[in-house]
Amino acid sequence: MDIQVRVWRQTDSSDKGRMVTYDVKDISPDASFLEMLDVLNEKLILDGDDPVAFDHDCREGICGACSMVIDGVAHGPERATTTCQLHMRHFKNGDVIDVEPWRAAAFPVIKDLVVDRSAFDRIIQAGGYITAPTGAAPEAHSTPVPKKDADLAFEAATCIGCGACVAACPNGSAMLFTAAKVAHLGLVPQGQPERDTRVLDMLQAQDDAGFGGCTNAGECTTVCPKGIPLTLIGRLNSDYRKALRNSNS
Amino acid sequence: MTDFWNDGDPIADTAAPDGPIETRWERRKFSAKLVNPANRRKLTVIVVGTGLAGGSAAATLAEAGYHVKSYCYQDSPRRAHSIAAQGGINAAKNYRNDGDSIYRLFYDTVKGGDFRARESNVYRLASVSVNIIDQCVAQGVPFAREYGGLLDNRSFGGTQVSRTFYARGQTGQQLLLGAYQAVERQVGLGNIEMNTRHEMLELIVVDGKARGIVVRDMVTGEITTEMADAVVLASGGYGNVFFLSTNAKGCNVTASWRAHRKGALFANPCYTQIHPTCIPESGTHQSKLTLMSESLRNDGRVWVPLAAGDSRKPGDIPEEDRDYYLERIYPAFGNLVPRDIASRAAKNVCDEGRGVGPGGLGVYLDFADAIARLGQKAVEAKYGNLFEMYQRITGEDPYKTPMRIYPAVHYTMGGLWVDYDLQSTIPGLFVVGEANFSDHGANRLGASALMQGLGDGYFVLPTTLGNYLASGPYEKISEDHEEVVAARTAVEERLNKFLSIDGDRTVDSFHRELGHIMWEYCGMERTEEGLTKAIGLIRALKDEFWQRVKVPGTGEQLNQNLEKAGRVADFFELGELMCIDALHRRESCGGHFRAESQTPDGEALRHDDEFAYAAAWEYFGADQKPTLHKEQLEFEYVHPSTRSYK
Repeated sequence: MDIQVRVWRQTDSSDKGRMVTYDVKDISPDASFLEMLDVLNEKLILDGDDPVAFDHDCREGICGACSMVIDGVAHGPERATTTCQLHMRHFKNGDVIDVEPWRAAAFPVIKDLVVDRSAFDRIIQAGGYITAPTGAAPEAHSTPVPKKDADLAFEAATCIGCGACVAACPNGSAMLFTAAKVAHLGLVPQGQPERDTRVLDMLQAQDDAGFGGCTNAGECTTVCPKGIPLTLIGRLNSDYRKALRNSNS
Repeated sequence: MTDFWNDGDPIADTAAPDGPIETRWERRKFSAKLVNPANRRKLTVIVVGTGLAGGSAAATLAEAGYHVKSYCYQDSPRRAHSIAAQGGINAAKNYRNDGDSIYRLFYDTVKGGDFRARESNVYRLASVSVNIIDQCVAQGVPFAREYGGLLDNRSFGGTQVSRTFYARGQTGQQLLLGAYQAVERQVGLGNIEMNTRHEMLELIVVDGKARGIVVRDMVTGEITTEMADAVVLASGGYGNVFFLSTNAKGCNVTASWRAHRKGALFANPCYTQIHPTCIPESGTHQSKLTLMSESLRNDGRVWVPLAAGDSRKPGDIPEEDRDYYLERIYPAFGNLVPRDIASRAAKNVCDEGRGVGPGGLGVYLDFADAIARLGQKAVEAKYGNLFEMYQRITGEDPYKTPMRIYPAVHYTMGGLWVDYDLQSTIPGLFVVGEANFSDHGANRLGASALMQGLGDGYFVLPTTLGNYLASGPYEKISEDHEEVVAARTAVEERLNKFLSIDGDRTVDSFHRELGHIMWEYCGMERTEEGLTKAIGLIRALKDEFWQRVKVPGTGEQLNQNLEKAGRVADFFELGELMCIDALHRRESCGGHFRAESQTPDGEALRHDDEFAYAAAWEYFGADQKPTLHKEQLEFEYVHPSTRSYK
């Protein structure tokens, strides 16, 4: 199939950037979206042009590196699918496809489709962990965890940290990302001692990093490749209120 | 001496204690020198890589009080490729009361490695396995649990006990996030200096000791020299030498290879694991291969058409025209034979012209019988997410038509040679996880990679590295030292060389061609003739690369093709060494199958009298023959026997 892509090109963080149109010919419907860009880049290199920079690594939907807004939707048109798992069979011959980077104040563009997501790491640094230095752990079976809680914790922990939630949010909020980690660690008994400080510190770090506030728009969960549910934000808010109360008493 | 290598002195000392194997690690720990806690923060340790091994090592060393500098090429330490491991992690907890023990895990691992691993290391790995589970649970890793709240286990990879802990099909992700969170906690406390989007391009060796690395900031292109009291490589495996593999696109051998060029021996490079259940290539655009969990073989039946060239749709091929070849050849284990055997059998039927799908490179994995027996609901409950993944990638519905699968490169057992302390032949250079060669011999068992990465990083390295550091202090090295300046200059010259060739072929086109050579001649089946040919082809292609490669852009910016050029240049040299290693090992063992060494019915034939050693190679220059040093392997506890799955 033959398609056109209109790709965001930006040489570095200081460049204003622009959309540039490229023809991509003879693409197999079985190729992934990133493989289509590989083909484009091979051609650009041989033509003496600068290839399109984009983040990618595992190409199997788990590392969270790939990050493109495709036709206005973070990770493109398929639900619960990362960009790397999107295949060209979902497009048709002659399509014109817009490809842009994540756009959010907290994720500055580095080059083309590559953005800086280190703000996510800073949120985790603030409290997205259980303090358990190596060597100090008790026997694993000393604390049973109800299966229901373990399963829910796992669901929340499947977040891949890609940032699609932020890219889709009209406020550029990281609430779904933070909520997923707060829920994961708050659902297991090992996470209880730090439950209050965790939610307070992580939300502070989120604000400090320049993410917007949550207004329950729900766009985040719609684009989330792992289907992290919006209800976790409600859970986070509940934890936050409790933590505030506890810290004031 | 031969045309391709020189023979050197055997390796005399592995630093492993002798005596009863059960107490070797305890005795080593007790004999290890300690660093006073107050002195630890004055000591700097560089850790390259942030996967299970590097992440767990960095966190643990920082907790102990050392100043840690951590480097990864990804934009976040959480993206290291450990994240993609699906199946699980082994531990000898014996929670199932099914006769498991540390000794049995040790035994299974030595045997599974086809008697090409060092017993002392494997025993230690088995013994720390139980601590790993405790550690991960304390971090909040959400392992699968039973209704009583206790941890669930499953059996995995042909073992007879249930010792595999798992978190659905995302065990690697959950374990890595546990280590990542421990790392980020230390970053927040100021104990780890985290450098993402930084790539190590050279090792700095001063007075024979590893004292630092040269890194490139992948965003700005700035080259810096980073000094330390010791360097830890946790940079993963080299499966991407084949271009197509289940590794992430960025996985590379550069950190290990640069260390090899500086004097670290590289052991058993030809031991590669080819996983039987991957989604086949769909065309020339293919950029990587995706693994489908091995657990599918529990209920799926593998078959190909009985006749070559049968182009009917699978549903139109009647039972009598199908060959369920694993069940036919291996009636005892059937579809559950180990990875290497299943892979080679698939290759054989495809070589006979009976493969299915594009290019005839695939076999069917059919769930029709399981669906008829258990119902679609039950199959969906067990494998739903895998079926979805398959459908997403291929556009085919595996509930209606059989999956197509084909083997793909998955893991590399070889790596930098390390002694019992995980120290390479360069003092002060330690190697952990897949990057070292130490524990899996010629074949790795399922669910053992995660165990080794975390065992090395959480429990082994922090003790042995402390011993090295306590043997100091080591003189501070200035960045103006001639060795430091020379290493930095070499990196800059090499980058400039890539940029200045301005040829007419892309880096990827060379990488793809190298991969074809490796897969064809150094893949599932190797021959003297093929390997000799491959060495010639690789050398010619390497020369062409240095004449004709085209790397666009400059070095002072984010330049993904410049990054790739350096990695591919190192893959050429590694690929040649892999072929030489495969050529010299005139036996079949584990993942290494030499066509000349097989039993009359086509099974792998080891030659323990000649080859019961680890082959550690010394580098003498890109156009010089490497020198072979043998580490003789002693089997005091698990006596070599022949694997049989018939």
